[in-house]
Amino acid sequence: MLRSLLVLLLLLAAPARAQDAFTDALRGLGGNFQSQAEAVEKLGALGDPRALPLLQALAEGRLVKTADGTVQLREGDAGEPVRINNRVRVALRGALGRLQLLSPVEAERAAAADGLFRSRSPENIPLLEDALGRESSPAVRERMALALAASRLAAPQEGVKRQGILVLAEGGSAVARGLLLEARAAHPALAPEIDAAIAAIDRRLMLKTAAETAFQGLSLGSVLLLAALGLAVTFGVMGVINMAHGEMVMLGAYTTVMVQEALRGIPALAPLSLPLSVPAAFLVTAAVGVALERGLIRHLYGRPLETLLMTFGVGMIIQQAVRLIFGAQNREVLSPAWMQGTLSLPGGIEITQNRLWIILFALAVLGITIAAIRFTRFGLEMRAVVQNRRIAATMGIRTGRVDAMTFAFGSGIAGMAGVAVSQIDNVSPNLGTGYIIDSFMVVVFGGVGSLAGTMIGAFTLGIVNKMLEPWAGAVLAKIAVLVGIMLFIQRRPKGLFALKGRAAEP
Amino acid sequence: MSATISMGQRLRPGSATILRGILLAGLAILAMLPVLNRLPPESALYVSDFVVSVSGKWICYAILALAIDLAWGYAGILSLGHGAFFALGGYAIGMHLMRMIGPRGVYGHPVLPDFMVFLGYTELPWTWWGFSSFPFAFAMALVVPGLLAGVVGYLAFRSRITGVYLSIITQAMTYALMLAFFRNDMGFGGNNGFTDFKELLGMPLNTSGARALLFYAALIALGGALLLCAHLTRSKLGRVLVAVRDAESRVRFLGYDTVRVKLTVFVLSAMLAGLAGALYTPLVGIINPGEFSPGNSIEAVVWVAVGGRGTLVGALVGAFSVNAIKTWLTSFAPDLWLFVLGGLFVAVTLFLPRGIVGLLHKGDGK
Repeated sequence: MLRSLLVLLLLLAAPARAQDAFTDALRGLGGNFQSQAEAVEKLGALGDPRALPLLQALAEGRLVKTADGTVQLREGDAGEPVRINNRVRVALRGALGRLQLLSPVEAERAAAADGLFRSRSPENIPLLEDALGRESSPAVRERMALALAASRLAAPQEGVKRQGILVLAEGGSAVARGLLLEARAAHPALAPEIDAAIAAIDRRLMLKTAAETAFQGLSLGSVLLLAALGLAVTFGVMGVINMAHGEMVMLGAYTTVMVQEALRGIPALAPLSLPLSVPAAFLVTAAVGVALERGLIRHLYGRPLETLLMTFGVGMIIQQAVRLIFGAQNREVLSPAWMQGTLSLPGGIEITQNRLWIILFALAVLGITIAAIRFTRFGLEMRAVVQNRRIAATMGIRTGRVDAMTFAFGSGIAGMAGVAVSQIDNVSPNLGTGYIIDSFMVVVFGGVGSLAGTMIGAFTLGIVNKMLEPWAGAVLAKIAVLVGIMLFIQRRPKGLFALKGRAAEP
Repeated sequence: MSATISMGQRLRPGSATILRGILLAGLAILAMLPVLNRLPPESALYVSDFVVSVSGKWICYAILALAIDLAWGYAGILSLGHGAFFALGGYAIGMHLMRMIGPRGVYGHPVLPDFMVFLGYTELPWTWWGFSSFPFAFAMALVVPGLLAGVVGYLAFRSRITGVYLSIITQAMTYALMLAFFRNDMGFGGNNGFTDFKELLGMPLNTSGARALLFYAALIALGGALLLCAHLTRSKLGRVLVAVRDAESRVRFLGYDTVRVKLTVFVLSAMLAGLAGALYTPLVGIINPGEFSPGNSIEAVVWVAVGGRGTLVGALVGAFSVNAIKTWLTSFAPDLWLFVLGGLFVAVTLFLPRGIVGLLHKGDGK
């Protein structure tokens, strides 16, 4: 009852001229099939949004005749529903599509454009042209253009067809390609144009795939870079293999969880929990690193194999401790709003925001690391110790302190890597295990002791991995990369960027 | 470097005799276990089935430890991928055992193992060719690990990859194999691996008689491996190995082909690990890709470190003692085990670089 009153009120409130045409057309819905079909077509052509619920009701058998010869929505089981035949149904489909195309709801317009794309009827050309002229949302415009091109392709006139082919070639989606292939079989006369269009689409699609693969590779590479950078510092600079490095990454991720939970109650700071986690993770893991270096590793300098075993044991203890304290199940880390969603680039390339942020973050961390080594007092002392420990000591550098600081720095970078990893991976106690072998591969590939090598190594491995994945699968791609590195170090045993020098192996 | 902890064979007077005595006594006690298992359960000397199968497992681990010790303790090659050679040996025998199930599987297919029927295979993949023959499968348990070690070792030693680099490469190797064996389409049972074995050489498994026979087979293999390693390390090759470990460049400058020396011992060590795996699978009744996990390999390295590397007895002492602690601890405080294992890594490298056996050595052990 309320809904029919509403319809009536709407009818009364509408402007007089439009009301006349609209109510006139409405009356036809109650007549015979012939007048019904005419009325439906008229309502569709008028483009009045009020017609939409009525026509939908007609299609679903929820419309009843009233005593004064017009129609209204059916309430409960009252009255006999208005019956329709196939001719009316065909008219309804077109009219509904048209009305939806002008609907105020964006999603409905997009759905209508998709519907018209599927029906591919040349009668819709003027309608789509009209809707395209009014449309403001670029996403819907794109769909409408595609539907328009498809409708033009179905038109009998060759000129109109050519217009459609040109638009489809520019749009460049896989759907458009299928459509053109279909048209090529049906109209051999247009084959040259269609072939050119298909070639253009193929170029576009290839470019899009290449761009997306490159982005995924960069994204994987940036995670590898973050995980390997700290390792490059401790392994490259100090010659210390830290098998607990993966656990440092894991501790960084758990610090992110802790910071987020601590700030949950403070509305002012809660959105900033991720940026605040970065220094927190750095401090926590740097502290663990100092304790590890001063307490244990210090006693094993010059015995790299023992250091490897011992740090593996330390990693096990850290991992088990975290498992007992936080539980073995995955912990959830929320992404802030500005990191969510995807970014659409021209050409249909889609990029997830959080991956983009991680790439930027990785590059920033790399920049800070290089700057710290090149421009600070600590960096100078560190380089001096790398070049010649004894002479550095005679110049008054406290090498023990430099060692501890270097280790703290490397571990801190691992902690920051953990903050980034928490955004894309499950935070669980064995998070680090998955990264340690890959990070070592990056360092070995890039060349020990060269940060530029680490960067190039990380991005190369990331991109190669993602390039192999489509035709080899994720696991085989990983194996292929490992085998590739094995073969690569046949040629360059010291990695891409070996430190030059005449020092013989010990 | 490693020269600071040179692992000579100089023991305190009498220590060698003590060690040999402990070793023989230990082996004798082990040999008695299946016999004591036959006693009535009321008897004071009765040994349960569990003890027999667990100590059988430890014997296999001891052979693996010997293999690691040969490469690490004598030649200085710290492989973190010996678990892969062990698992490959285990898979080779596992494939034979799967073929021996015949039509007794759940799906009752006359040729294909259950998992292949389940995955829709219509015929055996070529990789399974010949595995219905036990001698072939047993040979493969040694040849495949040997070949893999030969290829990886040749590539690594030729380009003079030593020390931690080699360790990382071998770890990556076992990691890659683990990923591969977890895949269903490899045709090796995917993440479930092989299990539900029925018989070996016409002898039904899972009877105490079969267990005793497998146990003795492992024990004899351990004895043989011990004799082989003892002979090898005392030979001229053994001396060159120790020299390579302590000063590789110097040995090379003296005209020795260090690549060939290292490759020989690495391949031999891998085959020994394969043998251990081949004995392990029928004893335990299951083999799965988890055996390839890098953690398993490094745990086996710690057995050797705890026992004392560079001495053959040390490998055995380490394998038995660490695994005894593990079995005991995981039964009543599983959460503690990883702390203890991690602690062992730290304690042994910091305080006991020569392991338990090192306590008997001349000097202060530093």
